[in-house]
Amino acid sequence: MKFSIQVNEGPYQHQASDSAYQFTKAALEKGHECFRVFFYHDGVLNGTRLTTPPQDDRNVVNNWTELAEKYDLDLVVCVAAAQRRGIVDDGEAERNGKDATNIAPRFRISGLGQLVEAAIQSERLVVFGD
Amino acid sequence: MSDTKNFMFLNRRAPYGTIYAWESLEVVLIAAAFEQNVSLMFADDGVYELTKGQDTAGIGMKNFSPTYRTLGDYEVRHMYVDKASLEARGLTADDLVQVEWEDWETEESVDNIVEVVDSEKVAELLAESDVVFSF
Repeated sequence: MKFSIQVNEGPYQHQASDSAYQFTKAALEKGHECFRVFFYHDGVLNGTRLTTPPQDDRNVVNNWTELAEKYDLDLVVCVAAAQRRGIVDDGEAERNGKDATNIAPRFRISGLGQLVEAAIQSERLVVFGD
Repeated sequence: MSDTKNFMFLNRRAPYGTIYAWESLEVVLIAAAFEQNVSLMFADDGVYELTKGQDTAGIGMKNFSPTYRTLGDYEVRHMYVDKASLEARGLTADDLVQVEWEDWETEESVDNIVEVVDSEKVAELLAESDVVFSF
């Protein structure tokens, strides 16, 4: 089955991102396809490489990056939500005059059209959040 | 990409207090631009999103409620409100905004696409949808 995933909550505060990660990983291991993972609302905070959790805790951001590397996943952070919450890549830094970037490897910033397209193209859109 | 799906946006949160309602509305507008069949469902505290006379001056937030009234212009054809949620909050259809809809080509029009429905109908409508966005 072809899935897309929507993550609506940030890491650590809420289990949504962990659950989404576990679900996506399990689906891929079973041979299903993941068209896209879309991060919205505070979910965009899963896309900062500056996250530094304690060593004995899981690293939610790295988990996503590693999963994306293994399966060539498309991790998309909503641009409007990212701008509100300070998630920045090179293009955004230049456009908005910011002095730094923080986007994590394998994540990219794009528009809400990517979420709508994912919903159209996939057999199931699975939303993780409250 | 010629596929057209039935998109249902399930709105469950109060308009202020969290950003879910506002950012949900942003997805609705994009989905409509993709020419999908877009419907909205308001349940739980989400029914407050459609209440008339919202005034956010005291909380320093942008009042985005006028946008709901324009959804008919974006070809959103149905806005459903869960009756039980409305009643549990002491509200009636009279407390809600009206949203007009008109098909520019056929000139078919509907005075108000906001429709109060019972729980059975809510379940039916959700089951009939291809995609349910839950906010």
